[in-house]
Amino acid sequence: MSNLSTRYMGLNLKNPLVCSSSPLCDDLDALRRMEDSGAAAVVLRSLFEEQLELESMGLDYRLSSGSHTGAEAPSYFPDMPTYNLGPDAYLDHIRRAKETLEIPVIASLNGVSPGGWIQYSKLIEQAGADGLELNLYDIPTDPRISSGELEDGYVALVRQLNSIVSFPLAVKLSPFFTSPAAFGVRLSEAGADALVLFNRFYQPDLDLETLDVVPRLHLSQSNELPLRLHWTAILFDHVKADIGITGGVHSPLDVLKCMMVGARVAMLTSALLTHGIEHLTSLLTGVHRWLDEHEYPAIQPVQGCMSLSSIPDPRAYERGNYMKVLQSWILRHDSGSPVEQS
Amino acid sequence: MSRTRMMLEGNEAVASVAFRLSEVIAIYPITPSSGMGELSDQWAGERRTNIWGQTPTVIEMQSEGGAAGAVHGSLQAGALTTTFTASQGLLLMIPNMYKIAGELTPLVIHVASRALAAQGLSIFGDHSDVMACRATGFAMLSSGSVQEAADLAAIAHASTLESRIPFLHFFDGFRTSHEINQVDVPTDTQLTTLIDEQKIADFRSRALSPDHPCIRGTAQNPDVYFQARETVNPWYIACPEIVQSVMDRFAEMTGRAYHLIDYFGAADAERVIVIMGSGGEAILETVEHLNRNGARVGVIRVRLYRPFPAEQFVAALPLTVKTLAVLDRCKEPGSLAEPLALDVIAALQEYSSGIQPKILRGRYGLASKEFTPAMIHGIYQEMANSRPRRQFTVGIIDDVTHQSIAYDPEFSTESSDVVRCVFFGLGADGTVSANKNSIKIIGDKTDNYAQGYFVYDSKKSGSMTVSHLRFGPRPIRSTYLIRRATFVACHHFPFLDRIDVLQYAEQGATFLLNAPFGPHEVWSRLPRSVQQLIIDRQLKFYVINAVAAAAKAGLGGRISTIMQTCFFRLTNVMPFESAVAEIKKAIEKTFGKRGAVIVEKNFAAVDAAIENLHPVPVPATASAIRDRLAPVPAEAPEFVQRVTAQIVAGCGDSLPVSALPVDGTWPSGTTQWERRSIAHEIPVWDESICIQCGKCVLVCPHAVIRAKLCEPELLTTAPSGFRSSEARWPDRKSERFTLQVAPDDCTGCGVCVDICPVRNKTEVRLKAVNMRPIEPLIDDARKHWEFFETLPDVPRESLRHNTVKDVQLLDPLFEFSGACAGCGETPYLKLLTQLFGDRLMIANATGCSSIYGGNLPTTPWSFNSDGRGPAWSNSLFEDNAEFGLGMRLALDEQHSGALLELERLRELLGSELVDEIRTADQSTEAGINAQRRRVDILKEKLRQDQSVVSKRLRSLADALVRKSVWIIGGDGWAYDIGFGGLDHVLASGRNVKVLVLDTEVYSNTGGQASKATPLGAVAKFASEGNTRPKKDLALMAMTYGNVYVARVALGANDAQTLKAFEEAEQYQGPAIIIAYSHCIAHGYDLLHGNSQQKAAVQAGYWPLLRFDPRRKLAGESAMQLDSKAPSLPLEKYAYNETRFTLLKQSHPREAEELLHRAEHDIRERWRLYERLAGLDSGTQEKSHP
Repeated sequence: MSNLSTRYMGLNLKNPLVCSSSPLCDDLDALRRMEDSGAAAVVLRSLFEEQLELESMGLDYRLSSGSHTGAEAPSYFPDMPTYNLGPDAYLDHIRRAKETLEIPVIASLNGVSPGGWIQYSKLIEQAGADGLELNLYDIPTDPRISSGELEDGYVALVRQLNSIVSFPLAVKLSPFFTSPAAFGVRLSEAGADALVLFNRFYQPDLDLETLDVVPRLHLSQSNELPLRLHWTAILFDHVKADIGITGGVHSPLDVLKCMMVGARVAMLTSALLTHGIEHLTSLLTGVHRWLDEHEYPAIQPVQGCMSLSSIPDPRAYERGNYMKVLQSWILRHDSGSPVEQS
Repeated sequence: MSRTRMMLEGNEAVASVAFRLSEVIAIYPITPSSGMGELSDQWAGERRTNIWGQTPTVIEMQSEGGAAGAVHGSLQAGALTTTFTASQGLLLMIPNMYKIAGELTPLVIHVASRALAAQGLSIFGDHSDVMACRATGFAMLSSGSVQEAADLAAIAHASTLESRIPFLHFFDGFRTSHEINQVDVPTDTQLTTLIDEQKIADFRSRALSPDHPCIRGTAQNPDVYFQARETVNPWYIACPEIVQSVMDRFAEMTGRAYHLIDYFGAADAERVIVIMGSGGEAILETVEHLNRNGARVGVIRVRLYRPFPAEQFVAALPLTVKTLAVLDRCKEPGSLAEPLALDVIAALQEYSSGIQPKILRGRYGLASKEFTPAMIHGIYQEMANSRPRRQFTVGIIDDVTHQSIAYDPEFSTESSDVVRCVFFGLGADGTVSANKNSIKIIGDKTDNYAQGYFVYDSKKSGSMTVSHLRFGPRPIRSTYLIRRATFVACHHFPFLDRIDVLQYAEQGATFLLNAPFGPHEVWSRLPRSVQQLIIDRQLKFYVINAVAAAAKAGLGGRISTIMQTCFFRLTNVMPFESAVAEIKKAIEKTFGKRGAVIVEKNFAAVDAAIENLHPVPVPATASAIRDRLAPVPAEAPEFVQRVTAQIVAGCGDSLPVSALPVDGTWPSGTTQWERRSIAHEIPVWDESICIQCGKCVLVCPHAVIRAKLCEPELLTTAPSGFRSSEARWPDRKSERFTLQVAPDDCTGCGVCVDICPVRNKTEVRLKAVNMRPIEPLIDDARKHWEFFETLPDVPRESLRHNTVKDVQLLDPLFEFSGACAGCGETPYLKLLTQLFGDRLMIANATGCSSIYGGNLPTTPWSFNSDGRGPAWSNSLFEDNAEFGLGMRLALDEQHSGALLELERLRELLGSELVDEIRTADQSTEAGINAQRRRVDILKEKLRQDQSVVSKRLRSLADALVRKSVWIIGGDGWAYDIGFGGLDHVLASGRNVKVLVLDTEVYSNTGGQASKATPLGAVAKFASEGNTRPKKDLALMAMTYGNVYVARVALGANDAQTLKAFEEAEQYQGPAIIIAYSHCIAHGYDLLHGNSQQKAAVQAGYWPLLRFDPRRKLAGESAMQLDSKAPSLPLEKYAYNETRFTLLKQSHPREAEELLHRAEHDIRERWRLYERLAGLDSGTQEKSHP
């Protein structure tokens, strides 16, 4: 059997399969099953600073509404000993996950204020997490904020956090930065130990009958993987940080593709939600089988073997690739709908 | 001696002692005693212990009668037991009190004494309730201050164990129960020392036990009952001495000495007042003041009222006394005197050998009527008269029987070194909480003595709070409101237009105003009389735009900490830096549990407060042209102008006896004159996209959004901007439809916008009604509303009463109530009046609906253009079903009587008319109207005949027209305290209709759990989540088989609701409708109330159903399920509401478990309902109207 051990954000992992941040990770039993099925690490669901604030503000508003409006009802709710607001429940979950698992536990954080990022990062480190994934999930709807300002802010944040905490930091990126390569390099230089490509956004949909905007969550498909492969291949040679790929990893071949473009780990959520946690075992089996069949003794030699600089024709990852793909489509004259030329 | 001085409310001080000296606490919430039970429950939840290291069991019962029964049983089984109650609740305990006393059982009932419902209900304080118990055999101990209440609570517990006599420990509702003052709370050590363990052992040894069996509670015959009743005499004889000995032991431990009778004043006083309760504090203050100025007066404070310590009373009197004025805080109509006066007279007769002073009997302070030094001074002056009134009242103007004494209202004992502060706040704006914190800071962190007292109006939306804070170098005994304030703060600018805020300001006082204007603009915005008063009294005037500062700090409209900071800066009660530090500590304590962000935002608000505080330059002359608004418009009826307006303006105290109705009868339809103008935003109609569905009109909780149809020519005189559109009725296309809003009555809740199903196609955030700031709209909106009211109503007979679209055009006879903005109950009441208002008799249980329906000054129950409308009454909380049944019985009996007399007068009246009346079909509104016309003819004919029979028929004739009796109340009534009666009335088969406004919690008294409270919800007395399933009242009612039952949710299915109301009304027998009523006690913005109703139904949490016994006759299943099988996960409904999320946040694992149980219950119940719906026909029947 080939050796699958890899190194990701400073952590030695027994294989490149990491369970990415998802609601599955809220459950200790599920975490245990992930480990038993072969996961090399888990990323817990994100702690959202904004959500904590909203919960506090909401609770305060609701408890205050109606209080002291009349002589008979000074309040409408009992005074509870605690409301478990703030990060305590999340931190407790980290502790319990660490107690339960042998594999590394990576926490995830989405902050909104510099103070929040710093405060919660420290708390997460103190709670025992092996690393922290910074989830830069943000929708910059304010047109007055330039891409440069946004990126400068994130780079400064990573630099600051890196100087404050001692555990490894990963940065989970969206695919919508103007120049992902340049931005990735800057993050790496600022101290990011890993880059995770790419965040998947819950994209709003429209209900035409009710004229409502409705949130939709689609599980990832393998066809989302190429975008990640593409940018990993480009970034691999330019960043010191390890790269993890998340989004579209479903099969052993997907895992291997991730490795070949330069990822140290392949992260999974949709595949586990679709096929169950035990799917990890079959993925590992498949990866082993492919490596054995192709006589790779270990996964590490595979990693980056098809990065931009490692392939014979780099244009495949550049504009030439786009033209090539474009040329592979024609309009079918009888229906007018596009079909792939066979 | 250890001291634990702290600032506490009276209720907390008493509960602290009672909790630590009890093993079982059985309670039922009732104002103003609820706080004691709630605190006990909270402490039990926190696993605090009594002095024996055990956490007492606290149980909420279904009524005070139930609580008393549980107390009695607990005592019989040998547990130290207590309860807390007041008013009607205490009356419900009386039967058990006789038993408990007759069995010589140690018990203390702590009572926040309160008025009894007579000509009207009152939640406020007097001694009517406790005086009704003086024959029960309970010892009665009276406290007059917060400190005394804590101390005498302990003394009562010790005394009852030693004397075996049960004790009723009482203190004045609100004045003492809700006042915050410095208290040295008896410590555990002191309580342990005070309680005699041997007496506890003796008590337990007398308890029932199968290990040494006996029986108690026998039935006794004439041969022995009398003698047995006399066996207790030695214990009553011994009791006063025991109490005094306990008081003496207590004094040794604490330094605080009490006597059964305490005299205070000049040793050679000639005029002495006798009193119980908090009024004694004000008298002490007055006596000190008068005697300092050369008077020789005194006061006797009776602490032990039963057994009455006559010898001690006589002994306490100065030998020089010539005149006694005995003051009772209750009224006993028809008695020679009130109870305390009678006892004093008897005591002097029996025990005084020498002193026989002149005795005056006075009544004061009923229902928390102010009792001030000025009044007390007036009493002493009256006593000095050569021919004083033997019987008098004080504090009111009695211009009918002329019993009231005059006094100089300017007399004051307020000392110049006491700082007196009055704050006007908007309900829920945080003013009261902040002021409670302020007075605690001052009391705890400075050398000052301090006092806080808080007054509320009776509205549930847009209410006003008035905080009265005093602090100074001596203990504060001023048990009356501040009238001369050194500091006045108005936290809500519009109050200046409605209330005489500055009447409280003394010369040179500081006036702090929160206004949306800067220091140079605010002056020109003030009403003229406010300007003039600021000039005349040379007030130091400061302004702050606290709303803007709060918004900047991220606190929305929560201005309280900002205003609190300004208060400390302007009063200089302590170094400002220290004050800020203490305010921040208080913020941490109050808000810390709610998250750091709340604390941080409040800190930011505190830090930014002073930079926004500005002195206002005061000109030499007033310049404003406008003045405060009239309390009611000039076109209001005479009674409203003369009486109601005074109450609205806050001047009800000045109304004389002659102004008030003699029997509690008040006019209907008066909210229309109050026009409170509390909305910041009102709905604006977009006629271009409105589909005229009527949903907004249907759900409006305050009946402020209304629709009419009219001929186009009627609109030719409409004011400019008056909107209308082509009617979307197939048969009325030539008419115009208009939708208008009463801008001065809207609360701005936005429910109409939430329910509107229409979206603007080009800008989908807009609907056919949209909320807009009121200020630029108000003038036009008022004109539009006035014009709208002049348009004729669509004739009722031309409308289909079973469609929402047509129902919107029916005149509501329930309008502009003071219910919470977005209330979920009132739309049902409004609908009821739209459908059947002209023939309604309503029995209304005490609760929210009786408060927003019947609390003075105005009532939303109204009448139509014919003068017909709902006749409404509230009897009690517990008896409402029976009360309504009584109405039905009377109407039916009158109907029978009228038919009898009709027959007797057949010849005179003519057979045709008689037969028409007798056989009239009144199943429809047209039929009822036809009968009304026949009865009018009948009355006309009867007028021409003066026979006794004719006269009798004339008085009964109206009963020939069908009347509809509806019994209305909340879940506290229907599921708990009134359930027995409700069950009996449903079983009676009589033609009564019951509407249960189910908020699933005691809303009016502040969110205590009822048996309607769902599994997993947090409520008071269910702070760890309700672990029992909600009672299925509908299912229980169905078991009778002949009761029409419906469960409805207007926001989920308005057509089904309408159908249920119509069917219930038509059903010739008992009917009950259980109506989902979203409520502020559910903890979310009620704007979304109807959306939540929909979610509740979709989740299967609130299945809609109708059970109509008539269907069985047609061979159909009586039960119809009107909603679909659960399709929404329960959490998608439940976790929108704080009552459920609180548990998730505080006890996440329990919440998860209870959620699963609730989901399971929903599935099980749905299966059961499905079976029931197919039971008779053997097939599954579903209908979705």
